[in-house]
Amino acid sequence: MGKGYSGVRIPFPILAKEALKDTQLRVNLKRATTTIREKRAKVVAEVADWEALRQAGHDIKMTMIAELSNHLQRFEQEFTDAGGTVHWARNSQEACEIVANIAKANKVTEIVKVKSLTTDEISLNEYLEKRGIVAQETDLAELIVQLADEHPSHILVPAIHKNRDQIRDLFMEKIPEASRELTNSPQELAMTARAHLRNKFLSARMAVSGANFAIAESGTLCVVESEGNGRMCLTLPEILVSVVGIEKILPKWNDLEVFLQLLPRSATGERMNPYTSFWTGSGDGAQERHVVLLDNGRVQTLADESGREALACIRCSACMNVCPVYELTGGHTYSSVYPGPIGAIITPQLLGPGEAKTLPFASTLCGACYEVCPVKINIPKILVYLRAKENQANPNEVEKMTMRIAALTLRPRGLKILAQLTKTLAPALSSPAMQKISRYLPISKKWSAFRNIPTARLTKKKPRPL
Amino acid sequence: MTSSREDILRRIELASSGMSAISPERHYDISSPLSHEELLDLFEARILDYKATFTRTNDVPTAIAKILREKNLTNPLSAPGLPAHWSVGTVDDNFSSEKIDEFDVIITSSELAIAITGTVVLNHAKAGQGRRAISLIPDTHICIVAQDAVLATVVEAVRSLNPREHQTWISGPSATSDIELERVEGVHGPRNLHVILALKS
Repeated sequence: MGKGYSGVRIPFPILAKEALKDTQLRVNLKRATTTIREKRAKVVAEVADWEALRQAGHDIKMTMIAELSNHLQRFEQEFTDAGGTVHWARNSQEACEIVANIAKANKVTEIVKVKSLTTDEISLNEYLEKRGIVAQETDLAELIVQLADEHPSHILVPAIHKNRDQIRDLFMEKIPEASRELTNSPQELAMTARAHLRNKFLSARMAVSGANFAIAESGTLCVVESEGNGRMCLTLPEILVSVVGIEKILPKWNDLEVFLQLLPRSATGERMNPYTSFWTGSGDGAQERHVVLLDNGRVQTLADESGREALACIRCSACMNVCPVYELTGGHTYSSVYPGPIGAIITPQLLGPGEAKTLPFASTLCGACYEVCPVKINIPKILVYLRAKENQANPNEVEKMTMRIAALTLRPRGLKILAQLTKTLAPALSSPAMQKISRYLPISKKWSAFRNIPTARLTKKKPRPL
Repeated sequence: MTSSREDILRRIELASSGMSAISPERHYDISSPLSHEELLDLFEARILDYKATFTRTNDVPTAIAKILREKNLTNPLSAPGLPAHWSVGTVDDNFSSEKIDEFDVIITSSELAIAITGTVVLNHAKAGQGRRAISLIPDTHICIVAQDAVLATVVEAVRSLNPREHQTWISGPSATSDIELERVEGVHGPRNLHVILALKS
């Protein structure tokens, strides 16, 4: 996956222990996640039919998954008919090669990039750098992370771990155009980034993006953003390459009527994000348009009946903003482009057996992630399933891992989380499938309280603010 | 050697065999119970919430002139195909990015608007709405919305648009919340958005 994440991964408990010593990090995270949680809750409460939208979002994604092969071929046909070119990549290596070859064929040595988790996942920037191609990130947070030579720590706000003073110092050091009188005001910092990138946008010949949605029936790509860097990259350069995970397909254009309501409110807590761009093949903007359809572990995730629901994720980040573990440890401890609750399931799923095996244990199973998920992915259920799988593979290690993580993360607010845990786990454990799995779990041996809970009849409470 | 395409498709078919596609439940709202007048008020409130300005008028040329004067905008660019009395200054003639950068304001019309989210939609295939670059590079965007084009919901908007026509949906000026989640208006896109609601005269 992302930069530095492709080699040996340090297990979550070790990194978490280090992260918990960083008081500044905890202050930054607490402040940011509290803000975004409140914003989200406010705009979601405005939508009377929110639950119906969530159900529709979930159903549409699962339908897409069931007929993925047809939808991908339809997308390919439509995008190609409209003048674009479609490429297929089994893994990071193939995807990176395709992008590099397009750059080389056009003698491009510098590209501008729209924020894209998928290109972080395949470590595209590092691959290009080794071949003499500079990839310039243009999203403000991605720029901050790139200048600091760090990894993103959040999927929506990659620099959430940094506060305004740290960003000011970084800009003073790394951006030549930065004023000597630069203050820590977010307004001034954003204007510094604008000035720094303006000429790069106007002169770049090639851009690389991801896509939030790819519509099969019309061959349309959609990018959702805020700053306008996305519009710049999609519009001004001659060549545009979009790297798109195969699960980003939606069967129909009308499916967007659901997701364009769910995504902005769940992600930035806005009624609508400032800019959403749609394009079908070539046309207005870049003359030469490519799509790279990426597998990289998605098909093996699809093959797993109990885990495939994770492919419904629309990368909104609501789950990490409510996660008590994420709030304490931050995103870097997950050693993945995808941190937080969704990362704890999709990272091991995408990587395959034996990889990132501590991540499913990086959770208290409090269930907050499931409650806020706009496409109703039952993250706690998949976490429990992945734990059971790991337990069968390595029975002795699992018990130790569970207790280590519990000790680390429960301490500061133990009682409150235990109460939530009881509430959430009860219905899960009383289902026949979970009864079966829970017999294998050391977690249920240790915390015997949960085993005695009868069929759950718990009143549904509104999503809790932590 | 099997191509990546064939290999991926073959493995997908294997992986999803036995899965049956369900018919999605769509029990969400299609439209809004609000009256057209109420929707216009809501649209205005949403636009203002994004820190854009809003003018409701049946005299669009005067409203444009007022914005240009008050904001001291002296070099306007207009999208080709605007009604003649809305067009001000230079009309875009497929100018280069560098040339567009010389203008301080762009005037376009729009395809439709969504009241509940405060969104205007540009259809780049239609006259008066301009190609992507001209509503992007100048620092101020004046966007004219016809009264009848104001819809209530995202659902209504999606259903009335053609996916094969290139579009940009705009909800307020360019913004970022990347620093401590504090919203800052104005990054790379136009830092100022003025929406003019053209009433039926």
